[in-house]
Amino acid sequence: MSIEVHDLAKRFGDFEALRGVSLQMKHGELVALLGPSGSGKTTLLRIIAGLEFPDRGCVRFEGKDATERSARDRRVGFVFQHYALFRHMSVFENVAFGLRVKPRARRPREPELRERVLELLRLVQLEGLAGRLPSELSGGQRQRVALARALAVEPRVLLLDEPFGALDSRVRKELRRWLRQLHDELGLTSVFVTHDQEEALELADRVVVMNRGRIEQVGTPEEIYHEPANAFVYEFLGDVNVFHARVEGEQARVYVRPHLLEVELRGSDDADGELRARVERIHAAGPSVKLELVTDAGDRVQAELTQERHRALGLAKGTLVFVKPRQKRVFVNDFSI
Amino acid sequence: MLRAALMLIAFGYLGLLLGLPLVTVFTEAFSQGLGVFVAAIREPDARAAIGLTLGVAVICVPLNAAFGVAAAWAIAKFEFRGKSALITLIDLPFAVSPVISGLIFVLLFGLQGWLGPWLREHDLKVIFAVPGIVLATLFITFPFVARELIPLMQEQGNEEEEAAASLGARGWQTFWRITLPNIRFGLLFGIVLLNARAMGEFGAVSVVSGHIRGRTNTLPLHIEILYNEYQTAAAFAVASLLALLAIVTLAAKSALEWKLARSRGRA
Repeated sequence: MSIEVHDLAKRFGDFEALRGVSLQMKHGELVALLGPSGSGKTTLLRIIAGLEFPDRGCVRFEGKDATERSARDRRVGFVFQHYALFRHMSVFENVAFGLRVKPRARRPREPELRERVLELLRLVQLEGLAGRLPSELSGGQRQRVALARALAVEPRVLLLDEPFGALDSRVRKELRRWLRQLHDELGLTSVFVTHDQEEALELADRVVVMNRGRIEQVGTPEEIYHEPANAFVYEFLGDVNVFHARVEGEQARVYVRPHLLEVELRGSDDADGELRARVERIHAAGPSVKLELVTDAGDRVQAELTQERHRALGLAKGTLVFVKPRQKRVFVNDFSI
Repeated sequence: MLRAALMLIAFGYLGLLLGLPLVTVFTEAFSQGLGVFVAAIREPDARAAIGLTLGVAVICVPLNAAFGVAAAWAIAKFEFRGKSALITLIDLPFAVSPVISGLIFVLLFGLQGWLGPWLREHDLKVIFAVPGIVLATLFITFPFVARELIPLMQEQGNEEEEAAASLGARGWQTFWRITLPNIRFGLLFGIVLLNARAMGEFGAVSVVSGHIRGRTNTLPLHIEILYNEYQTAAAFAVASLLALLAIVTLAAKSALEWKLARSRGRA
């Protein structure tokens, strides 16, 4: 189902959570709302779910206005950040809840209900744990119960609030892949909130970068990563070095990703844009080598090299090097935090 | 050494102030034999007092349990103007002397009170009658359930209710299937305390009851009358009933506290 929000605004007391957000999501898309805390991404998700109502603007499902409809009438599956499982109910009853509260005419009979719940538990690979209480499950298992419970009512839209936030990194990566598969199999429209750029770029068809109640950029992961609309997006999507410079007479900031810095032992003939620096620290454990450098002016610079390059240069703490950006981005005066 | 001394003080103090009186109540109650004990309880005025006390509890406990749940729900799960005023008002009966609470009702509903003339015209009696006793008891006991539930419900937050709503549950379904089961031990705990107070209240009830034997005497008032008439054994016999209630209350309270701690630990 397609979702459209138009000019949404919402304030909580003095805090402006959303200031005019418009967005369209196509049927079958997996969309990530990415941003730092306080950027309004969770508020946007909760408004789509009907758990929060906007002060201004509207929400449309399949082109039809749904702004005033309550959460109960929207047929939206919502997975909460801390899962919000019903603590006094077994896993089975948690998943069955959405079916049991249906109006009598549409409520499935007990055998059908059992079958449906067990099928969902099989889908989330928890068929052996139907009798357990939520407190007896691990974080990853709770997450999957929450998902099965949301899917039980056959939602047209699946909304997930920081779905992997509370899990350790291995479980997180596993669940991420599994969620992507599930989304494709069920043909849902899904929206998830995250503050982890890696998660958003890896999982989503489209990424919405939010900051301070506004949308900074919408695009595919490739577009967002390679063509950031502004300095905020560029900074938010990965480690970055910031240099101050004058460009055509105006104050500007130059942004360079650590892996796009060339590190040499000797200065080149063309000294333009080249900086002299000393190696402060070397992190060599990992697929690449991360360097912390201090320039003559005292600025800290991060660089990233391949293991081979690192060996070839033979760097040690205190080595004098010359760095020069292979690729840089200049944003003039559009950046504020 | 210090530990032993502290424990001696704590238990000694409690023994002196609680244990000894409790033992006295039961020994005095049976001091003239089982016959006097049974007679004191089966005597018509005593039976009327027991009946009235139970009746008042039967009215007050459900009403204040319902009020407590509603107030705690509103305070814990919604934001509204006047919320802190409501919390303060709920504590009022704890802050005001019970005698004053009783007097307020006399001033309101008594013959010379604000509503006195209107009540007399319609031939209604509140003060020195059962309705007055019920009102005073309701007033004294309304904080118990709310006080117990507010922190519990605040701690549990709103997410499970929101999850229920997003799964299609209506307001009442959410209340019966999610909210109520989550607060059940806290609620029972509050009800146990509420009931103990409703049956044991003396001050406020004493002011509004009029002490009419067989009609408006509750158990505590009946005990006072017996005691003032030097029927010591009978007074203690009836008092032992209330003491028994206290012991049952304490036992239920600690059992529920244990359950509550466990269900909180699970969350």
